[in-house]
Amino acid sequence: MSAHEGFGDLRELYQEVIFDHNRQPRNFHPMADADHIADGHNPLCGDQLTVYLKVADGVVQDVSFVGHGCAISTASASLMTEAVKGRPVDEVEALFRDFHALLTDVAPEGRDFGKLEVLAGVREFPARVKCATLAWHTLHNALAGARDTARTE
Amino acid sequence: MNMSEIAVESGPVETVDLSARAADFPILSRPVRGKRLAYLDNAATTQKPEGVIEAERRFYRESNANIHRGVHWLSEHATDLYEGARERVRSFLNAARMEEIVFTRGTTESINLVAQSWARNTLQPGDEILLTAMEHHSNIVPWQFVCEQTGAVLKVVPITDDGELVLEAFDELLGPRTRLLAITQVSNALGTVNPLAPLIRRAHAVGARVLVDGAQAVAHLPVDVRALGCDFYAFSGHKLYGPTGIGVLYARQELLAVMPPWQGGGSMIETVSFEHSTFAPAPQRFEAGTPNIAGAVALATAIDYVLEIGLERIGAHEHALLAKASAAVQALPGVRIIGNAAHKASVLSLVVEGIHPHDLGTILDADGVAIRAGHHCAMPVMTRYGIAGTARASFALYNNDADVDALIAGLRKAQDMFGGRR
Repeated sequence: MSAHEGFGDLRELYQEVIFDHNRQPRNFHPMADADHIADGHNPLCGDQLTVYLKVADGVVQDVSFVGHGCAISTASASLMTEAVKGRPVDEVEALFRDFHALLTDVAPEGRDFGKLEVLAGVREFPARVKCATLAWHTLHNALAGARDTARTE
Repeated sequence: MNMSEIAVESGPVETVDLSARAADFPILSRPVRGKRLAYLDNAATTQKPEGVIEAERRFYRESNANIHRGVHWLSEHATDLYEGARERVRSFLNAARMEEIVFTRGTTESINLVAQSWARNTLQPGDEILLTAMEHHSNIVPWQFVCEQTGAVLKVVPITDDGELVLEAFDELLGPRTRLLAITQVSNALGTVNPLAPLIRRAHAVGARVLVDGAQAVAHLPVDVRALGCDFYAFSGHKLYGPTGIGVLYARQELLAVMPPWQGGGSMIETVSFEHSTFAPAPQRFEAGTPNIAGAVALATAIDYVLEIGLERIGAHEHALLAKASAAVQALPGVRIIGNAAHKASVLSLVVEGIHPHDLGTILDADGVAIRAGHHCAMPVMTRYGIAGTARASFALYNNDADVDALIAGLRKAQDMFGGRR
């Protein structure tokens, strides 16, 4: 059968973009000269990641991550790095808030999420929201300079 | 240790089909996500038969009163039911005396009771607590507390790649400083059934006490605490088709008699003044406050239910399903079973190449197949195998071939989704 035939709601969750970013995560490497680093951990499923940032003039100049997790958390981290690279920090924080709302509440009016839109299907799977937001919480902590491990549990 | 000792606890051979019993469990007839429910998360908690649900309801409708207090009829009636439940648990475990049965909230509280009452007041700096590498967190963390409080140290018996205890290491680690062996009867993450009786004899030979975590055992095999020879045995009602919030600690009378209380309150005292209180004998000394009376009564009903079917038959039925499922998943490419002990009960833990257990859990759930994904509160086991977690299917008496088929179909579908477009 074709890959998604008969997969129902699962198709909303596991879109091809997710598989692509899970198989080949973008910006997936440590960053020796990062100026912001934070660890994220979801004790429930064992997902663990580290987010690296270079910030200059209030702008995310570079971002990367390493770690291991489920397809949703890996793809979300990968998509996040693409979405925030080159953006001002305050825009990144606003995007996190809107993205979180997209996954848990009501999608904010007028916001173009770009590729991040593929994660909207997580809304139908509340148990997986934490997977999709782990990287973002970790990024938020890295930007805030927090040293504690971000937890989505 | 010789093989004849191990063979005493060898697995069941009879084949039995109990799947018609699914009709006794109301929840199994409800659809989940529009699909037939294949409930394979029994190691987390079992579903409840109608009789158990009814027993709780009937208690509150017809018998509810506080126990060991009132002189009124209803209080005496409730007390009779509660103490009757204690007697049924005694009989179920083949304990010598009712006074050796303490009701708790569950296995975790039972183990913490032994840790804080017996171990904390008994162990000296340098004393050793021997655990195994397959313990649930609830049979690790309470002992870490005790080590911090007393200066005792933990020793851990390693496990093989197949998930069996390394018996040579057990013999080496067991020594004159070993004061306690705390060991699971059945591993919740691997399904391994440990050869307890000979291990307990060896522990006793060096003067150690033995606590058995029976949480994953009581629903799958007959337990006889006197045949095992253990000093403490802990289990939970909810993994035995009973309610949540009720559990049991069995402890030898001579130990309970000298163990101090660990929680103070009503029911556990003899006399109280502001200068001094004296305490009731066991088991009341360890049951401070109003207990889960309805839970105890319904647990007794659950015990009657499994005994009526027979634990050997339940074990044989589950074993057939486990064997069928294990063979089927081994035929799938890239699937590895974690835990291949010669003697297993109920649990099929697996990893699928390229698919995280959490994703497997979601994909199976979409088809009504309930499994557990993760570390199963046994992180050291996951570390031992170098994995973050497993997908775990665990069987109960009401499962059937259709449940196994749904599991296998779900795994195939996950592989198709994740690998089909490569």
